[in-house]
Amino acid sequence: MTEHRINLSYLAFLMHRLSGLALVCFLPFHFLVLGLGLEGEAALDDMLVFTQQPLVKFGEWVLVVLFSLHLLLGLRVLVIEWAPWPQQGGLRSGWVVIAGLIALALGWLFLDGVMS
Amino acid sequence: MSHLTVRIWRGADEGEFQDFSVPMRENQTVLDVVSEVQRTQDQSLSYRFACRVGVCGSCAMVVNGKPRWTCRTHIRSLKSSVVTIAPLRNMPRIKDLVTDMSGFIDKWGKAGNVFESQRDRGDAPALVDPSSPMRKVADAAIECINCGVCHAACDVVSWNDAYLGPAALNRAWSLVNDERHSGKKETMMAAMGDGGCGNCHSQGNCMAACPIGLSPTRSIAGLKKMSLMSLLGGSDA
Amino acid sequence: MFEMRLYLLQRLTAILMLPMVIGHLATIMYATRSELTAASILERTQSSPWLVVFYTGFVILVSIHAPLGLRKIMGEWLRVSPKLANRISVLLFLGFLGLGLRGVWALTGGTMS
Repeated sequence: MTEHRINLSYLAFLMHRLSGLALVCFLPFHFLVLGLGLEGEAALDDMLVFTQQPLVKFGEWVLVVLFSLHLLLGLRVLVIEWAPWPQQGGLRSGWVVIAGLIALALGWLFLDGVMS
Repeated sequence: MSHLTVRIWRGADEGEFQDFSVPMRENQTVLDVVSEVQRTQDQSLSYRFACRVGVCGSCAMVVNGKPRWTCRTHIRSLKSSVVTIAPLRNMPRIKDLVTDMSGFIDKWGKAGNVFESQRDRGDAPALVDPSSPMRKVADAAIECINCGVCHAACDVVSWNDAYLGPAALNRAWSLVNDERHSGKKETMMAAMGDGGCGNCHSQGNCMAACPIGLSPTRSIAGLKKMSLMSLLGGSDA
Repeated sequence: MFEMRLYLLQRLTAILMLPMVIGHLATIMYATRSELTAASILERTQSSPWLVVFYTGFVILVSIHAPLGLRKIMGEWLRVSPKLANRISVLLFLGFLGLGLRGVWALTGGTMS
């Protein structure tokens, strides 16, 4: 495979696809955990205790960041495809950086809530 | 005098890079280098070129990983004493630096790019106002000379054999914006078909690679908008 | 036109989920700052039928959106044939729908009683 110019638009595509892939892999586990409600409060409480572990919290932080990133980069795709094409910056490269920053900010917000 | 190491692809789909050495010169393009190798070192090397002044697109090759016009690529701009030259990506290789562009041309056709007119020689020429919004849109995409660089740069083309590619779709966009074209609906249907515009992921490699600054991503976005409109407003072109 | 319809469906589900993702993120931020025991969570999730509507809709939309994304990955990166990729996508849709609706029911089922 030939090397690519590291263009931000390609990076955005990659991050959007990989974040989606990660979320899709997580989703079945998420649904199964929610389903513990069918087994009663004790089962749910046990799971909640398990999720208190730092490694799990880290995983949750990653998911919040990827979830936000996927949303924001997806919004960028909708704008590129359907909004009028501007004179300059049609690929909205600036958005890629901003999306990353907002996703990290939301991740920080999540951690803040978890730590308190 | 210092020398340049040139690695050139020899063979077809099977083959290998062969090293050559040429003197480094003050003013030297990649095409100059390939020509010097072929004329003075190995006459069996096959490659294409025509105008050698950056207007025909025939000399397109992959240079240090990027598809470009070799007559417009100065060696000094590569900032390297090793230059790797390979044939255009996403096309079958015939020999050395020469690729089979028939697949690329086929896809051009499959995107609905046959101009049709209801006028004949008896009618007066069509009067197209160059400042009309539609013509401006077409003009922004019209200069494509089918050099294949964007096709070589596009990853979706390499991942999806059915994808028509940025050049073909860019032309389709210019045609659906040509007020003289009576086959707009057919062109639109072809460009929105299974190998069409929906496959583009807006990676932007085509825009970055186009030697004349065209934006197939923009044209494809236009086709995508058109597909949305046709779905919402019925199937009128 | 099949691919074009799938393209539009992917974009449509994405647009409909935009406010839902924002809502879900807000819920996560709120929940992690609240009491996290099974009893207190269930009290919140069973508090309104609108939550059932919201999360049922969310599950249906993601059950369409996620397999469509995976379908592209299968075709482009894994070289899966279109026929097989389509079949796998349908199975994934049913899987996500089933597991998802079960999950929603598990946490909100009390609102129906």
